[in-house]
Amino acid sequence: MAQDSRGLKPEPAVRVRGLTRRYGERTILDGVDLDIGRGEFVALLGRSGSGKSTFLRALAGLDHGVPGSGRFEAPDAVSVVFQDARLLPWKKVADNVSLGLKGDIVRERALRALGEVELTARAEAWPMQLSGGEQQRAALARSLVREPELLLLDEPFGALDALTRLRMQALLLDLCARHQPAVLLVTHDVDEAIHLAQRVLVLEQGRFIVDLTIDLPSAPAERELRFAEVRMQLLTSLGVTEKELRRVA
Amino acid sequence: MADLSIATARTGTGSRAKPAGWLRLPSRSAALAEAGETSRRRKRKLGPGPVIPYGAAIGPALLLILWSLGSATGFIDDRILSAPWTVASTGWELIQDGRLQENLWTSFVRSFWGLFWGIVAGASLGVIAGLSRIGEYLVDGPIQIKRAIPALALIPLLMLWFGIGEGMKILTIALITFAPIYIQTHDGLRSTDARFIELAETLDLSNAQFLRHVVLPAALPGFLLGLRFGVTYSWLALVVVEQVNATSGLGYMINLARTYGQTEVIILCLAVYAALGLSSDWLVRLITRKALPWRKILAD
Ligand SMILES: Nc1ncnc2c1ncn2[C@@H]1O[C@H](COP(=O)(O)OP(=O)(O)OP(=O)(O)O)[C@@H](O)[C@H]1O
Ligand SMILES: [Mg+2]
Repeated sequence: MAQDSRGLKPEPAVRVRGLTRRYGERTILDGVDLDIGRGEFVALLGRSGSGKSTFLRALAGLDHGVPGSGRFEAPDAVSVVFQDARLLPWKKVADNVSLGLKGDIVRERALRALGEVELTARAEAWPMQLSGGEQQRAALARSLVREPELLLLDEPFGALDALTRLRMQALLLDLCARHQPAVLLVTHDVDEAIHLAQRVLVLEQGRFIVDLTIDLPSAPAERELRFAEVRMQLLTSLGVTEKELRRVA
Repeated sequence: MADLSIATARTGTGSRAKPAGWLRLPSRSAALAEAGETSRRRKRKLGPGPVIPYGAAIGPALLLILWSLGSATGFIDDRILSAPWTVASTGWELIQDGRLQENLWTSFVRSFWGLFWGIVAGASLGVIAGLSRIGEYLVDGPIQIKRAIPALALIPLLMLWFGIGEGMKILTIALITFAPIYIQTHDGLRSTDARFIELAETLDLSNAQFLRHVVLPAALPGFLLGLRFGVTYSWLALVVVEQVNATSGLGYMINLARTYGQTEVIILCLAVYAALGLSSDWLVRLITRKALPWRKILAD
């Protein structure tokens, strides 16, 4: 495990070279290169329709039949969390979490994972009896119980209210610190990206136009200043004008 | 109409003095009045109104009353429609000499086996067509053609092939009942939510696991819906085969009664049909509820 993801990177967890994906005439991904280190937390920003999900689905191996070229190496153990929790409604929460697990202590592992997201009490509930935030926590438990080397998240908190989202973000950070997967988080929330990730990418016109390492100083005042700077830079690269920014600031 | 009015308008009348403007807040006195009635569940403002226990019986009971009144006053001619009590006493006689039970049992057994083979054929063909493309090409076409032919039109041919014995009757019922079960099962298997297919892929499920945990549970509601249709059709089919040619069964009783002009027996048999249809439908709904526990919470 790479404790220091900003230092020497031995073998990256993910290596993408010249990845191209097309829908009809439109090139969504245009020869993209990317390395993600082991245990590294990367956030992917981009306008709506810029191809973030297309990229994530390519890494997850879910884009059968989408024409394109290039190659990528990803670990075998990949977990995906979607924007919708995607729990099977006919299985109890615990059975959703343990679905497809191999080995003999499957149930114990599922319950332990539910414990990590504080859902032990709801293990025997039907998914439809959970709130949106609880469902997404169950989905998180399902993805982490597989001990993934790569965790792909496609706007996992997009449908949650601000308060729940904040708690989910903290939970995600805790869980990632404990399990150390490489993470690719697709989001369109710039603040979320800066808060959570060690590195932020911006996808635009089929390429990563920004690849920024987040290095916030620890002193609060400087930290705030640097945060504002980074935020500004990212928003600008996303096409938000200064005038628009000043209007809402 | 009263149920559709807004509650604040009703409770707030006592304190009209305060001009609350267009935004009418519930006044304090109204709030207190409501707090005093907490034991009563808060009424819905919209919707068809509260549930009355056994309310579903009101309509049929009303019909029965009208029928009795009509017969008692002589408004309904006894030769057109026998009086309810005539039907009841005839029913009692038929039960005592055992004819009703005998014919009912014969019909029930026919229906049961017809439905049984209909379920077996419908479910297995549905699974074959639903799970494999080749299976669909082989099975679906002939079934669609068969569906296009009215079941009644098949009976002469079935009679020529299989005679007029029990086998032919059961086969006819099976042929009629298997269609909806086949269609719903096939459809259920084919319309598995694409999002769940994607999920199964990311969870690395094997084919067998995918079938067992995703595809089959997803198709179960469809199958059960088909079963519900199938059960209803099995009674319909029964009427068809028993009225075409039979020497026993409810349909035979009706035919005989027609010959002798006994409307009370006809009515009695119709009532038995209704009871059979309703109770079997209720049974399937019960099975559905037991088989889909995760659905129940939606209805609650
Ligand atoms: N199955 C498809 N067929 C055709 N076009 C598609 C398909 N899926 C996506 N696209 C197109 O590809 C582009 C990129 O889509 P993608 O879903 O990757 O965007 P995104 O960056 O994830 O957007 P959002 O932030 O709104 O989720 C969009 O313009 C979309 O219309
Ligand atoms: Mg997307």
